[in-house]
Amino acid sequence: MIEKADVVIVGGGVNGCALAYELSLKGIKAVVVERKHLASGATGRCGAGIRQQWSSRENAALAIESVRIFERLEEELGSSIGLRQGGYLIAIHDEKDMEQAEKNVEMQRSLGLDVSILEADEINDIVPILDIEGMKAIGATFCPTDGHADPFKTTYAYANAAMRNGAEIYRFTEVQDIVTDGEEIKAVRTNRGTIKTGVVVNAAGAWSKKIAEMAGIELPNVPYKKEIIVTERMTRIFDAMVISFRDGIYFSQQDEGQILGGIPPPETVTGYKTEPTLSFLEHMSSTLTRYAPVLKHINVLRQWTGFYDVTPDALPILGEVKGLKGFIQCNGFSGHGFMLSPMVAKLLAQLIAGEKTSLPIGRLNLERFEKMDFEKEKSVVG
Amino acid sequence: MKIICRCEDITEEDIIKAIREKGCTTLDELKHLLRLGMGPCQGRTCIPLAARILARETGKKVSEIELQTSRPPVVPVPLGLLAGEEDEND
Repeated sequence: MIEKADVVIVGGGVNGCALAYELSLKGIKAVVVERKHLASGATGRCGAGIRQQWSSRENAALAIESVRIFERLEEELGSSIGLRQGGYLIAIHDEKDMEQAEKNVEMQRSLGLDVSILEADEINDIVPILDIEGMKAIGATFCPTDGHADPFKTTYAYANAAMRNGAEIYRFTEVQDIVTDGEEIKAVRTNRGTIKTGVVVNAAGAWSKKIAEMAGIELPNVPYKKEIIVTERMTRIFDAMVISFRDGIYFSQQDEGQILGGIPPPETVTGYKTEPTLSFLEHMSSTLTRYAPVLKHINVLRQWTGFYDVTPDALPILGEVKGLKGFIQCNGFSGHGFMLSPMVAKLLAQLIAGEKTSLPIGRLNLERFEKMDFEKEKSVVG
Repeated sequence: MKIICRCEDITEEDIIKAIREKGCTTLDELKHLLRLGMGPCQGRTCIPLAARILARETGKKVSEIELQTSRPPVVPVPLGLLAGEEDEND
């Protein structure tokens, strides 16, 4: 195992691998340490969606810039990432939803996003299988450049490009301690040896809280168990991801033709529990067939679980923490880590290189939670 | 050409290539990269075969190859059937 590195990244999910790549472009040698295989946590279990329609300016700006990067990523990294931009259709159920939607769309448009509000009778033009009465929609918002990509392909594309540029990735390697001396980081100790470094990036997803504890830093992140189902394949019937903030449901038809979707389980479960539940399966099936009754004959093949790494405001924690130089947070994505990863990696690479970040990320630091008046992201599903 | 995963059309060559060229050392990685075992049979046909190829390629015993987590439902179930049961309680 390598003895020394400029940067050690804890976590081989999409954010860790993307950051290793962005650092490699700046000549900074990064080592990624992953407990299992790449994309084995939230990255490889997520709904794969890429959405720019957010209520907070921070998330919207990160997502818009990320889509711009996703659009040219195959060319840049030299391998497929499975990007497909079929749009996101967000259901509006009542006047209160409409008010929030109007606010969101105004902010999103001010950032240059192509997004519009649809009347109820326009919804079937986008997704023909939806039952407008069943889903209780009075309208929807739609952004045609939202979509999805393959999280495995994207992570491997970043990882391979990073390794070509000199980054090293250690799989099946567990971080056991972060060695500090006063306010400085000295090394990362793993089950396969110790790597000397002055910079550690905590990109461990739902396990970020535990990694931070090793460095004596407390994160407010909580792991929430989430579940997803996938159906058998069928011919292509719709392109957009359909979501509702009120019902918490999201579903889309993937490249191979299967429907994939999630909804918050009827019982909220926090902590590191991974058992799939029948109650989720029933709740998801009944909501999905209420939205799209035509799917009732389609078979469910599989359900699985994963974690959202949730912060108090559902926004990520990015940047260096106060009191420990070189300890960089890249976690707390609250269910949106995959879609934000291209821009987050770019910004953190700029930060680590001592450059001015191309978007301000100061508001996303850990210290924001010391104040009580942080504003919560409202546009959350799953 | 030997078909290993009939649901997802994956050949022995595809699996060997993923092991030798992409560095896959586990069934989970083969699943993620190739969709091995993600089809309607949920790996009943292909996983034992793929485990043998993986063991041969990595110099391990088949018994040392970690199997994938099996996920519910055991057999494919229509969405309408699952939905109906909840509706009765509503």
